[in-house]
Amino acid sequence: MRRLLLSLLLCLPLLANATIEAYQFDDPVKEARYKKLIEELRCLVCQNQNLADSNAELAQDMRSLTYDMVKRGASEEEVVTYMVDRYGDFVMYRPPLRSSTYLLWAGPFIILVSAVVVLINIIRRKSREAVPEISADDIAKAEQLLNQNKDDQQTKDSDK
Amino acid sequence: MIPELGHIALILALCMALVQSIIPLVGAHKGIASWVAVAKPAAQANLLFMVIAYGCLTYSFLVHDFSVSYVAHNSNTALPTLYLISGVWGAHEGSLLFWALTLSLWTGAVTVFSRSVPDVMVARVVGVMGLVTVGFLLFMLLTSNPFERLINVPAEGRELNPLLQDPGLAIHPPMLYMGYVGFSVAFAFAIAAMLGGRLDAAWARWSRPWTNVAWVFLTLGIALGSWWAYYELGWGGWWFWDPVENASFMPWIVGTALMHSLAVTEKRGAFKAWTVLLAIFAFSLSLLGTFLVRSGVLTSVHAFATDPSRGVFILIFLGTVIGGSLLLYSWRAAQIKSTVKFDIVSRETGLLLNNVILVVTACSVLLGTLYPLILDALGAGKISVGPPYFNSVFVPLTVPLAFLVGIGALMRWKQDDGQKLFKRLIPHFVISVALGLIAPAVFAPTYSLGAALGVGLATWIILTSTQWLLDRNTAGRGLLQTIRNTPRGGWGMLFGHAGIAIFIIGVSLTSIYSVEKDVRLEPGQDYELGGYVFHFQGVENFRGPNYVGAKGTINISKDGEHVVTVSPEKRNYSTGMPMTEAGIDAGLTRDLFVALGEPLGDDGAWAVRLYHKPFVRWIWLGCIFMSLGGLLAASDRRYFKLARKTRLAENESTVGAA
Amino acid sequence: MKARFLIPLVIFLVLVVFLAIGLTRDPRDVPSVLINKEAPVISLPSLYDESQIVSSETMKGRVWLVNVWGTWCPECWREHDFLMYLKNEGVPIVGIDWRDDSDDAKKMLAQQGNPFIAVGIDPESKAVMDWGVYGAPETFLIDKKGFIRWKHTGGLNAELWRNELKPLMAQLEAE
Repeated sequence: MRRLLLSLLLCLPLLANATIEAYQFDDPVKEARYKKLIEELRCLVCQNQNLADSNAELAQDMRSLTYDMVKRGASEEEVVTYMVDRYGDFVMYRPPLRSSTYLLWAGPFIILVSAVVVLINIIRRKSREAVPEISADDIAKAEQLLNQNKDDQQTKDSDK
Repeated sequence: MIPELGHIALILALCMALVQSIIPLVGAHKGIASWVAVAKPAAQANLLFMVIAYGCLTYSFLVHDFSVSYVAHNSNTALPTLYLISGVWGAHEGSLLFWALTLSLWTGAVTVFSRSVPDVMVARVVGVMGLVTVGFLLFMLLTSNPFERLINVPAEGRELNPLLQDPGLAIHPPMLYMGYVGFSVAFAFAIAAMLGGRLDAAWARWSRPWTNVAWVFLTLGIALGSWWAYYELGWGGWWFWDPVENASFMPWIVGTALMHSLAVTEKRGAFKAWTVLLAIFAFSLSLLGTFLVRSGVLTSVHAFATDPSRGVFILIFLGTVIGGSLLLYSWRAAQIKSTVKFDIVSRETGLLLNNVILVVTACSVLLGTLYPLILDALGAGKISVGPPYFNSVFVPLTVPLAFLVGIGALMRWKQDDGQKLFKRLIPHFVISVALGLIAPAVFAPTYSLGAALGVGLATWIILTSTQWLLDRNTAGRGLLQTIRNTPRGGWGMLFGHAGIAIFIIGVSLTSIYSVEKDVRLEPGQDYELGGYVFHFQGVENFRGPNYVGAKGTINISKDGEHVVTVSPEKRNYSTGMPMTEAGIDAGLTRDLFVALGEPLGDDGAWAVRLYHKPFVRWIWLGCIFMSLGGLLAASDRRYFKLARKTRLAENESTVGAA
Repeated sequence: MKARFLIPLVIFLVLVVFLAIGLTRDPRDVPSVLINKEAPVISLPSLYDESQIVSSETMKGRVWLVNVWGTWCPECWREHDFLMYLKNEGVPIVGIDWRDDSDDAKKMLAQQGNPFIAVGIDPESKAVMDWGVYGAPETFLIDKKGFIRWKHTGGLNAELWRNELKPLMAQLEAE
């Protein structure tokens, strides 16, 4: 097949069929490391794919380089550092922890905590409100609500 | 001629949408009955014109009218008829037309199925939906006209993206759009309620079935997309946290929160402001998804060909619709006085907690999706946020949620006895933990705490849901009668929650126990994986309707017994784009998955990818259960029987008085 | 109007601002991290004689360009005439012929002219990965001390030359 167009910024997303390479490993630890790496490194010429899923030629070469490095005994960090030194943080799907990404990593936690604080306030207010007011009126209301819940049942019964 | 007719129909639809929005809204505001009455016929006329426009484009596809630019770009004469029909929504302009048609369909449905809703309310709902329609039609007519003609008519059209030439993907977008757009109904009801100043339980009751149905479509749409990615892309993955997947997932999460919140608002009149906000969010996120896909601000495998002017238009539209509704919200919500009380241990609290977790999850997905864009906008460098981030955020947030599913349904409204509840739950908890811990040790090749957690949570949900059903068996009735007496809404909840349990099993077991191997196989060679022996027979070439392909034959056996023969294919379409059709043997407890790579050397050897994926089907099975739950809940008779409802309400009040 | 009900609106408006800025950006334009860093060593077999090594060592003390190209890349064909112009201006360019068929490459250079003072072939993207290249054409400017000072992704053209490259090269020559 003729070379796929890799014209810059027009490079076609080669979506389908990841190229399958039958790489051999002597050590399952290295194989797992290789797999994790190609899962988490980004194919730079693709729209949004990791190395594992891409069959762009650069991705094939990056896989082959990763394979060589891992086979020679490079650690996960060494491979990632190698790639980041050349391609920048963009190449990693796991964003590094640094000042510009603190908010990204802490964000969900911050949102959760503030939501829970608001939630506790609401519940406390709601339950405190309820304390002084267990009146006959309230009980009647509750009863009515209970009936309301049953109304599906009544609907069903009334169908017969 | 026909394309021009379609174009004119589109313009007329725009005119109708203007009538449909302005007159009823003004009429409802000023109390002019005759103006209010315009809503239904105008909306139906709009629908009619949209159907005509859509029909014209479909016709142009069917007769291969390549003078229409969109048709020429997305179809050719060799394309099978099914893909001529689905090709209509295969690219930007047509899918936008489909979006608008869907909106008109939902509006039409509102005019037909809301006889129980006061006319003024319907007029407002239809009016709001009309405004959204106006926006979309303007967008289409101004920036992305599907009927644009070509001056030099090509003799043959281009190839439809081969990825779209698949039955699964042919119906995936319509489902998704039905879901996205369906949330516009809940949105319109919320806005209408705010406009009318009547933010009571009534609007919640009216919008519940609509929200459920939209949610069902969205669930199915997402599940179909995931299933398609699994069998078609040949990667064996089922979710990639791609920005566009996230764009469909965020409205789904918020829609799920909305369904639960609407239940509280309807039954107890609580969380009114919150529910309105969720309705706005759900639809806003649908619109945001549209923006993200079509503006090119994010790179995604799904992104449509983009054009900055389109991005600017959608952004302005987005700002107007969402900004306007949030402004209205800030004004109206402040006027809501909630007098509803509930205890710390109550179903309200449970549902509130459910909402908090879901919304935090949606916010986290949004944060991860937009963070690269925000950093770039601030000039702080380019980063990628991918699956490692989303998985590490998503799992810790959703595990407590799954745990809550079990407790929530068993809690009583308003106030529950914490100790009694605790005592009732203890046995279920013990069994779930025990089963979770034991199951992986007995059935799995290796022990994994993740699998234990998955199995435990699923058991927990199933047990507590069963308990809920048994609890209904109070007044000494038999089990059968209990089952018959449980309303559809209750069954909806049961199915929905069971779906979550099934889904959890699927996700946890697949992600933990899948094994995958890329191997070089010569004809006659065997490879063993996950207890199965894959025997590679070889590859043959063949010719399809618009592609040439190679088909492999692999016999799979277990313990010497033949299990199945799969035939993975590799196709080359005329565009030169290679496609993989994986050979999959689907099973309830495992999928065997074979994808062809490239030929290696001249002796007939091929690179082949083999997968053994336990319980992967349960992911989609869970989604089917959830959708079924949504449908059951939406079909609850109380939503449709207004007359009986009113009569019953009268009965109730007399009962209450007595 | 209570302030807390305005929170969603405020957050949304902030988001819209970011989305608007996002519209003006190209998400695919990834800046090189190698600017102002020492250039990776090039050591590739020559296109014309694979036993010869094209090396960046020989360029020490000069201001020069590295151009990554391939015959399979349409933009490289479009760029080619301008590279010829640069050659005539006396700009030393070392070519990296990336994942290419050597015969095709030789034919192209024979027909279109050869703008390079040396061409190394890189069939396995070794140098390309070292230089953090992800598409072709890409051009780097290296100063006398062997540091990368400027990079452009995409084809070179007269405007870029006039506005950026030429003044920068003059400045580097003077350093």
